[in-house]
Amino acid sequence: MAFKQYVLVCGGTGCESSDADGIYRNLQKEVEKQQLEQDVQVVKTGCFGFCERGPIVKVLPEESFYVDVTAQDAEELVTEQCLKGRQVPRLLYREDESKEHARIEDISFYQKQFRVVLRNCGFIDPENIEEYVARDGYQALEKVLFEMSPDEVIEELKASGLRGRGGAGFPTGMKWNFTKQVEDAPKYVVCNADEGDPGAYMDRSTLEGDPHSVLEAMAIAGYTVGANQGYVYVRAEYPIAIDRLRIAIRQAQEYGLLGEDILGSGFTFNVEIRLGAGAFVCGEETALLASIEGERGMPRPRPPFPAVKGLWQQPTVINNVETFANVPVIITRGSDWYTKIGTEKSRGTKVFALTGKINNSGLIEVPMGTTLRDIVYNIGGGIANGKEFKAIQSGGPSGGMIRAEYLDTPIDYEHLQELGSIMGSGGLIVMDEDDCMVDVAKFYLGFTVEESCGKCAPCRVGGKKMYDILDRITKGQGTMEDLDRMDTIGFSMQRASLCGLGQTAPNPVMSSLKYFKDEYLAHIHEQSCPAGHCKDLVKFTILPDKCIGCTLCARNCPVNCISGERKQTHVIDQDRCIKCGMCYQVCKFDAVVRQ
Amino acid sequence: MKKINCTINGTPIQVAEGTSIYKAARQAKVKIPALCYHPDLPAWGACGMCAVKIEGSNKMPRACATEVQDGMSIITHDPELQEVRRSTLQLILSTHPNSCLTCARNQTCELQELAAEFGVRDMPFKMDLQDIPQDDSTPSIVLNPEKCVKCGRCVNVCQEMQSVYALEFLDRGHEVRMAPAADVLLNDSPCIKCGQCSAHCPVGAIFERDETSKVLRAVRDEGLTTVVQIAPAVRVALGEAFDMEPGELSTGKIYAALRRLGFDVVFDTNFGADLTIMEEGTEFVRRFVNGEGELPQITTCCPSWVDYMEKFYSDMIPLFSTAKSPQMMLAAMTKTYYAEQQNLKADDIFHVSVMPCTSKKYEIVRDENMYSSGSQDIDVSITTRELARMIKSAGINFAELSDEEADRALGLYTGAGTIFGATGGVMEAALRTAYHLVTGADRDKVEFQEVRGLEGVREAKVDFQGTEVRVAVAHSISNVSKVLEQVKEAKAKGEELPYHFIEVMACPGGCISGGGQPYGTTNVVRRKRIKGLYADDTDRQLRMSHHNPAIAELYENFLGEPLSEKSHHYLHTSYTSRPVYNK
Amino acid sequence: MAKMSLEELKELRDKKRRELDTRETEGKSVQIIVGMGTSGIAAGAKETLNAFLDELDAHNLSDVTVRQTGSMGLDHAEPTAEVRMQDMPTVIYGQVDQKTARSIVREHILGKRLLEDHIFDRPAPDIVEEG
Repeated sequence: MAFKQYVLVCGGTGCESSDADGIYRNLQKEVEKQQLEQDVQVVKTGCFGFCERGPIVKVLPEESFYVDVTAQDAEELVTEQCLKGRQVPRLLYREDESKEHARIEDISFYQKQFRVVLRNCGFIDPENIEEYVARDGYQALEKVLFEMSPDEVIEELKASGLRGRGGAGFPTGMKWNFTKQVEDAPKYVVCNADEGDPGAYMDRSTLEGDPHSVLEAMAIAGYTVGANQGYVYVRAEYPIAIDRLRIAIRQAQEYGLLGEDILGSGFTFNVEIRLGAGAFVCGEETALLASIEGERGMPRPRPPFPAVKGLWQQPTVINNVETFANVPVIITRGSDWYTKIGTEKSRGTKVFALTGKINNSGLIEVPMGTTLRDIVYNIGGGIANGKEFKAIQSGGPSGGMIRAEYLDTPIDYEHLQELGSIMGSGGLIVMDEDDCMVDVAKFYLGFTVEESCGKCAPCRVGGKKMYDILDRITKGQGTMEDLDRMDTIGFSMQRASLCGLGQTAPNPVMSSLKYFKDEYLAHIHEQSCPAGHCKDLVKFTILPDKCIGCTLCARNCPVNCISGERKQTHVIDQDRCIKCGMCYQVCKFDAVVRQ
Repeated sequence: MKKINCTINGTPIQVAEGTSIYKAARQAKVKIPALCYHPDLPAWGACGMCAVKIEGSNKMPRACATEVQDGMSIITHDPELQEVRRSTLQLILSTHPNSCLTCARNQTCELQELAAEFGVRDMPFKMDLQDIPQDDSTPSIVLNPEKCVKCGRCVNVCQEMQSVYALEFLDRGHEVRMAPAADVLLNDSPCIKCGQCSAHCPVGAIFERDETSKVLRAVRDEGLTTVVQIAPAVRVALGEAFDMEPGELSTGKIYAALRRLGFDVVFDTNFGADLTIMEEGTEFVRRFVNGEGELPQITTCCPSWVDYMEKFYSDMIPLFSTAKSPQMMLAAMTKTYYAEQQNLKADDIFHVSVMPCTSKKYEIVRDENMYSSGSQDIDVSITTRELARMIKSAGINFAELSDEEADRALGLYTGAGTIFGATGGVMEAALRTAYHLVTGADRDKVEFQEVRGLEGVREAKVDFQGTEVRVAVAHSISNVSKVLEQVKEAKAKGEELPYHFIEVMACPGGCISGGGQPYGTTNVVRRKRIKGLYADDTDRQLRMSHHNPAIAELYENFLGEPLSEKSHHYLHTSYTSRPVYNK
Repeated sequence: MAKMSLEELKELRDKKRRELDTRETEGKSVQIIVGMGTSGIAAGAKETLNAFLDELDAHNLSDVTVRQTGSMGLDHAEPTAEVRMQDMPTVIYGQVDQKTARSIVREHILGKRLLEDHIFDRPAPDIVEEG
């Protein structure tokens, strides 16, 4: 016999620290006391994410959502809800004073995760086209083919305010219109699935979880601009995404939703997969097109823009996975509905890969305009291990670092740009007090230097020079002139690099120089790393008055450079120390200090 | 063409639609610096030196790659642009060795010129050089990737202009390097040694193999009779190295300079060209009239083209004229016929050819047919650029030299011989003689205008008194496949052949813009050089190869008749399939 | 499947939609849905899936469907498995290793008890669906 009711107590770090365990124990005691063990199961769960109002208690199947619960509330909760079947209004979450919210779906926190792009991910079987069809799949294609003219599709997209999700946020409707207006044939539709930012996997998840949404949108684009051939350019490192995409294309062909004369409309559209070898620069659209053509993946000067002269010099619509995944929903539900989501200039949602020093890393989709604070503290569950938030990096290696004081900035294209960062493809990496901003800048620049195609001089040479300077600074060998040099190089790269990769590559450096200059100065003037991260500037020593000679550090040292008898003060051999920090971590007596 | 209006630094100017900002600025007499841009090639956008501003945009687009739009306000110079360009230049300089004094491009280097123009006096950035060994595996061209500035010209020349795909960028980021594709030695790559890469390289990263010291050594050797020949295209280009106008004919000065350098005998490749026409023209008539051999006949004067064909079109070897190139014919005659006359042994003669071409350095050792005299028929082949250097270092005031004549035995030439240096020239020279051979009379109008020009492929139907001869002329290897594929298709379908005679030259414009010619060749320069050759032709009394009395003497005294057994032995060659990448 | 006409597509959609709805509300059978994105698979979702199948076999449970889906976005909790059945709240379990998978079959499906330490959540409400 199943339980009739479930009382879920949040067991996340945040709630635990507010005595969630006490609540749990009291609830159990109360259930036993009132002899409800047969009907009610009290369960400690993972984090609900809404840590700001924890501890949280949820009761199923009623889906009552209680916040700020204390151990003393247990009796009332069990008596009222489990025994008498009534909610406890004073503990229910209220969005504002006037409204009462009993059900999870009504609570705005959950609405902060707003799934448009990921509407089917984690819900349908991506290898079964019928499940996609059941979720209104291919209804948008059906609608454009039989009810809408290409101009109407463009108008609808323009009205929706959809902007490209891959980078600069160019309005999708306008982009499609450029290609539509060119009188030339053939035309092409290309899906950019060459997701390359470190830590980003939005597109991979979409292709893996809902490949048909992209195929449907590409067919819609084909119909709109007058193209009959589409290519999905996906990196070979995404084997599962490629498999699912292959299956999806095959099924769509079998069902007559791709191929000749789709649904008897007379419109023909085929999609082929092109595999990339994983060069970051191939995410840049002109380099991507060169790669599809079989050329070396190097960017080409723009203009001409691909919309006019793209693949094989033919007009080409190129959008990324997330942009395409928005299209069928906009067509099916209309731009009026879509424009209700997000901000005035940035409509809709954005998918982010939230990673770094955060409790709940993962893939999130939020309406544009959600604040960084919401994302970090509500959805992300705050900083891991109780550390202090330092910065958040958006837009991957092309983005900038955002300081704590800007956490209340609503996320959209314009606001991020104002902060010296970009939306990019949607990576969000959270950094805490242990992260050295000079080193983080060096990491990102190292990535772009590694991934630079090497075609244009500002990026090829400038990036490397800048990296070398950062490297010197992290070793305590930097000078103030080096900062000037980085300014000069950064400016030239931003202005004179050929493609977006080079133009944005200095962003992490420039933004960290702007917001964390004190850290640079500490490295240069004091040869010290405030975050204690830069190995060359860090020294671990053992305080004789605190060391009790437990030998723990010596046993954990990977290079055996700590010596000392049991119950005697231990000493680190500085010459052999590799600054791994293991001794610092394991010491239970704070005897190891990091300077 | 539609005209559009724009302003450059505030000055209004009207340009044709589709004009790049770079060209529009030139039109307005404003010079925008550039390192990677070359008018022969698609705008590549690599160097970043030509960044400009457009009012209303905060970006700095490339002037080379951006078309002017109607109403555009363009700023080409302001302090910010200067700063960006200067630091970009300094970044480039930080990856380029400071070995100007001993560099092949000292004083002809475009990077050196930019550094001088910008007045760069300091190097704020640490030097960061690529340690890559020099590749001197081919007899023609030397790669020195260490000096490469990654402008992409050579790669675009090799791939777009020549369809050879021997050069490629390897690796990426700051490790990117210019190298033979697949990272083999250049000699093991598909390289056809045309040297267009070396002619387009802005710096000293690709250059001709310098063999001037071998020449000087031979000239000093009193036991050797040094014989020199100059190719048609040299006479309209060498002067450029001495501040003469492109196309200015300096044949007489070159003969004089060669004698000053110490050569004993001065011959002219143009004589060899006349001889080639006698052989190749007769060969064509045999194929065309007598049906002896396959049609269309394809010319083989260009060793790069021969190399390309042996690598990529070896199935068409039967279509190739077996006639050697003019340089090789002249050389074979020098070490046999002329040697006999002078009572010399072939080995007593040291034969130097001065060519507009890097590939000729390869041709002289191509196969055993190049040793027909029993000795190496040509001992050293140098380029126009090398000769210019020799003249300079010998202290000869070239521009002031009085004209001299070539030595008569193998130095007299007709107008037909001289136009060999231009695309279409071999065809025209051949047609002049073939007409005579087919119809028994000379054509009233000497010129065949229809095969002249700079169009990539030119086709013509020529009337030989009622007989139609269909010809095609192609230059730049990228234009060749258009012609050859048509032939293949017609043959496969058993249809009427589209052409009877095809001329191919590997370099754009023909030998006048060969890979060994003075730097700075553009279409403007090409046209001037071509004009110079046609002027030389028009000025000659004799304009058809079969009218050359020295040629007649040669046949009478030595060879007998065209395609005689002796001719075959000395003046003809054979071809072999040379597949690439499967060694 | 032959190529569809417009009408056939509409019919298929209606039919399948009903099936999917049924699955959610009054399904007789039990559904286990394993998140099989790259991150899930990297965290061991394949092994988890196999453990489910194996354990179901061991208990002769034939009316349980094990399905796969894409990533649920809960990367810190991978592998994830959603369990839907009558008389039990729909639950997403996180960190479902092979052992946990077996426990889910025994505890959740057979014993009708939630597994305390592995509950993650229900999926975020799908606004698209609600309109």
